[in-house]
Amino acid sequence: MGEEAVVNPIGAAFTWLNDPLNWTNPGGVVDLVVEHMYLSGLAVLLGCLIAWPVGVWLGHTGRGGTVTVTVSNLTRAIPTIALLSIFPLTALGFSTWSVVIPLAVFAVPPLLATAYTGVREADPDARDAAVGMGLSRFQVLTRVELPLAVPHLAGGFRTAAVQVVATATLAALFNGGGLGQIIARGFGKTIAAGAGEILAGGLLVAALALLVEGVLGLAEKYVTPRALRVAAAR
Amino acid sequence: MLVAIRFDDKNPWFSWSYIESNAQTLLDALVEHLYLTAVSIVIAAAIAIPLGVLAARSKAAATSILSISGVMYTIPSLAVFALLTPYLGLSSDTVVFGLVMYALLILVRATLTGLRQVPSEVIDAAGGMGYGKGQLLARVELPLALPSIMTGLRIATVSTVALVTVGAVVGHGGLGQLILSGFRNNLYKPQIVTATIMCVLLALLCEVVLSLVTRALTPWARRRS
Repeated sequence: MGEEAVVNPIGAAFTWLNDPLNWTNPGGVVDLVVEHMYLSGLAVLLGCLIAWPVGVWLGHTGRGGTVTVTVSNLTRAIPTIALLSIFPLTALGFSTWSVVIPLAVFAVPPLLATAYTGVREADPDARDAAVGMGLSRFQVLTRVELPLAVPHLAGGFRTAAVQVVATATLAALFNGGGLGQIIARGFGKTIAAGAGEILAGGLLVAALALLVEGVLGLAEKYVTPRALRVAAAR
Repeated sequence: MLVAIRFDDKNPWFSWSYIESNAQTLLDALVEHLYLTAVSIVIAAAIAIPLGVLAARSKAAATSILSISGVMYTIPSLAVFALLTPYLGLSSDTVVFGLVMYALLILVRATLTGLRQVPSEVIDAAGGMGYGKGQLLARVELPLALPSIMTGLRIATVSTVALVTVGAVVGHGGLGQLILSGFRNNLYKPQIVTATIMCVLLALLCEVVLSLVTRALTPWARRRS
């Protein structure tokens, strides 16, 4: 089945992409992109809520270098599709959270590692000066360490967000929604019949991931304090 | 080939009887998983290490290789398989091609990092001893870059073991095939959970084995630390 050569997959993909109804229909590209970004956004938000406080605290106290490494090693070994297929079978059922939680799991390692490194590697001279000026430990954290950690935090956010947007594509295989549904629908047909949809879906998903990467790359530059931008350029 | 027989209508999370009655299916999936991982890593290493050497030699090559592979790494795995399927079909080629692409970035970076860390005095000393460029690379630079390359190999292998599962969409996902078909077969929990556990264990086993290989290959690094 499906092994026969497809006449012209690219032509079929562009025909599919050129049909306005494929974009504007209910369940069309526009709806799916919105759903994809909604799920991804929630997952990144959840990841930040968990990983940032923990990472900042670990970095501030100087403990937990091994924790961040262990977390990233462990999550690397877990297949995304395993979590996406297991979470709907728990008490969560088929819900937004059964997609968002697995995605958030994969957002945690980059967020945690960069929060830890950012705070940990804040210039010791700046920290000493702040202590010398009589700032409390909490003030040192909020006024010195966190601002200095911003480039790291922003970099981790971009990595995590791009990864989540990419991973969210797989949710479609487990009734989880998102832009991957176009690919999943195409795979549901024979390759000859579905090639256009498969290819069009692949192009859309790739474009979305690259777009998010590009936009967050610009945002990363924008939020980095000017003094640190100069330092980074050197 | 990978259709499991259901024994337990209660659909428990874990069932020994599932494992016993489907031992051959599980083994076949494990073998396919290992095969896809091994082939992909070998091909990726064969391409990545020369590219890493090239990148270490020329700044322009480094910039273009790293930015191209960075863009490729951003593209979701399902999209890669989707873009390849109309051309390569529902075959393991599609999966291997995709897996090689992802492992490539990790391995090129690791090779480049390792080569850049070689102290320039060591290179000067080797030059003074009359080493040619090829000898320098084979007998000084690559051995000194080995710990970094092995770290990259370990990360790439563990990631690949997890990523093979996505190959299930084109019918060649190793243990991922069992996860997907278990999901589609009325959410059959024992199959999904058993395949997941096997997959994670396989990844951890690869991690341990490659750590041991690294220790054996780089005795000097152990002595120093």
